Amino acid sequence: MRARVEVMLKAGVLDPQGEAVRHALGGLGFEGVGAVRQGKLIELDLTATDAGDARAEVVKMCEALLVNTVIERYRIEIVED
Amino acid sequence: MKAAIVTFPGSNCDRDLRVAFAAAGFEAVPLWHKETSLPPGTDVVGLPGGFSHGDYLRCGAIAARAPVMGAVAAFARSGGHVLGICNGFQVLCEAGLLPGTLMRNAGLRFVCREVGLAVGTSASPFTAGWRQGARLSLPVAHHDGNFAADDDVLERLFAEERVAFTYTDNPNGSARDIAGVLSANRRVLGMMPHPERATDAALCSTAGAPLFAGLAAALAGQPA
Repeated sequence: MRARVEVMLKAGVLDPQGEAVRHALGGLGFEGVGAVRQGKLIELDLTATDAGDARAEVVKMCEALLVNTVIERYRIEIVED
Repeated sequence: MKAAIVTFPGSNCDRDLRVAFAAAGFEAVPLWHKETSLPPGTDVVGLPGGFSHGDYLRCGAIAARAPVMGAVAAFARSGGHVLGICNGFQVLCEAGLLPGTLMRNAGLRFVCREVGLAVGTSASPFTAGWRQGARLSLPVAHHDGNFAADDDVLERLFAEERVAFTYTDNPNGSARDIAGVLSANRRVLGMMPHPERATDAALCSTAGAPLFAGLAAALAGQPA
């Protein structure tokens, strides 16, 4: 079983890297890009066999290390192989 | 007086910090991040600058979960003094010993130069060597020094006079020009500028020396 954790800056937190990417896209002639937000995707291979258990464990991992909840939010997707 | 200076993999200001503490009269001892207790008789813990664990995941995030940090947190909670500089500040925020977090510089550039600072409060062991409002200049060298916290946290930091230093010309987009913050009990200080790099006239500046001298005086129970 795998978990995919999407980590993004919370709404309202300025994302200077996303802003730089938006600027660069404009420089390449791509129009119509209103805003760019950049985050990260963390993939975890898990030994758990129950999706509910896996999700509960990944929530703990997010709160303990993977996410800084002062500025970031996360979304967990459990992928059963 | 004993200062224990933690070395994480990727710390690079640990020796400088030991030298600065020693110059102020401390016995400065190194402390490896895998230790689970502090040296007996430790009066202050120093978390140095650098790039612990390669800044992977988030700056300071992995170091904040190092074995030694359990002992550092217990020490802080029992009233111990802790000084985190640059990466050490990031570690303190990630460990929850200080509020807020340090984000990527607003200009996205690594900033390495002297910056002007104003002392926000002299009511702490670290800043007792200055008048409130005093101006000084210290080096900064960081990519992620952009302090961020919720508005109510920022309000509280100022209301409780826990902003130790502000930038006079903000180099990184830091909220309310914050360069350093104190814990509620005023014994944990995190700051992005490097006072330890300005404690020897041979290196052109002693502007940071009052921090270490003031701390030594406070720990010895004397006025700074």
